[in-house]
Amino acid sequence: MRINFVLNGEPRRVECDPDRRVVDLLREELGLTGVKEACGAGECGACTVLVDGQARLSCLMLAAQLEGRELTTIEGLAAAGQTLDPLPASFVETGAVQCGFCTPGMVLSARALLERAPAPSRREIRQGLSGNLCRCTGYQKIIDAVELAAARGRGDEPWPR
Amino acid sequence: MAKVILPADMGQLWEAMEAHPEARLYAGGTDLLVRLRAQAGPPPALVCLERLEELRIIEERGGELFLGAGATHAQILEHPKVRGRLPVLARALASLGSPQVRNMGTLGGNLVTASPAGDSLPPLYVLGAEVQLISRKAGRRLPITEFIKGPGRVDLNPGEVVAGVCLPKSEGWTLQHFEKVGRRDALAIALVSLAALLRLSSEGVVEEARLAWGSVGPTVMRAPQAEAALKGRPLGLASLGEAAELAGQALTPIDDLRASASYRRRVAGNLLLRLAEREA
Repeated sequence: MRINFVLNGEPRRVECDPDRRVVDLLREELGLTGVKEACGAGECGACTVLVDGQARLSCLMLAAQLEGRELTTIEGLAAAGQTLDPLPASFVETGAVQCGFCTPGMVLSARALLERAPAPSRREIRQGLSGNLCRCTGYQKIIDAVELAAARGRGDEPWPR
Repeated sequence: MAKVILPADMGQLWEAMEAHPEARLYAGGTDLLVRLRAQAGPPPALVCLERLEELRIIEERGGELFLGAGATHAQILEHPKVRGRLPVLARALASLGSPQVRNMGTLGGNLVTASPAGDSLPPLYVLGAEVQLISRKAGRRLPITEFIKGPGRVDLNPGEVVAGVCLPKSEGWTLQHFEKVGRRDALAIALVSLAALLRLSSEGVVEEARLAWGSVGPTVMRAPQAEAALKGRPLGLASLGEAAELAGQALTPIDDLRASASYRRRVAGNLLLRLAEREA
């Protein structure tokens, strides 16, 4: 089946089985291994991607459902045009990354949150990231990272030199 | 490889269902895909409902509120008619799964999955929801208590689709409450949940109480004895404690890997005591 969609800002036409899971299509056929799979059942958030700007789980989505949609993966965020997204840098700076397996999903959930709420409270950040499990950090530094990125996104905090 | 069909309108939906009578209807996929992957044998054809605008309508119809079966939990939760007017449903949906699951899963999916732990279900029971079904030729409507027949069992015939849920006009509830107990706040299945609607007189006497519990029986459970114990009495720990006792006797939880039946029974009753703290 031929599927047309926009992947990280670029129109794509891919040939694949309609019932291929999006996580498998991305990782195994398109080489986007930033998308992680952990539970495969919608309970951990590691495979989070943005579909038309909304956080969704690529392990519970079929390739056919991508038709006409805009899909953003962590690779798309790192390369978002000329302006570097503040989230990845703030995760590194605050020590919000330990093993790193949850990080792509965490960053994408944070991106979706900041689109809706550019100045979230810590409680709103917790709720926004509540679908992403981290087994290393204890979450506090991740919340710090999202706060910092939000402030930079609003221009309230300077970028590092 | 299984066929995946994405009808764009109801005409295409009926055609796809007639051409593939063995196909499964696929709403958000958050339950169905997990189950299909655990299943041996070739996967069935899937008819995806996500592109059908007709199933996503949320609107007032003749004094009722209609919630389309294809609306996601996030869409319902954000709708002003739910957020402001139906806090019992809004609280339940806010506790369902996670932001990602709420962006994908649908109300119709939660109904048809018919899990005793389905988070949207206890509020729909106390609100007196009716389920609207449609097929190519006809439609029918039945109370949610008749639509859901058991765990995973619903009254849905071949060729029929759930169009949505009709909620009667608000009956002036003074207090709407939902609480879920799970292992953690997000991404947790309910060990026990309670949806409650209370109408109080100006003196704080209970005029009507509707109570429904999740995860303590084969379907959502009501306990008329507990409701009767509250009626006509001032809302407080005395009447709630008595109702909690009666509820514990009426509910039929089971032991499973998540919690024991006796724990569930105790917590189900105790959840009622929270109503004493709630501002009317």
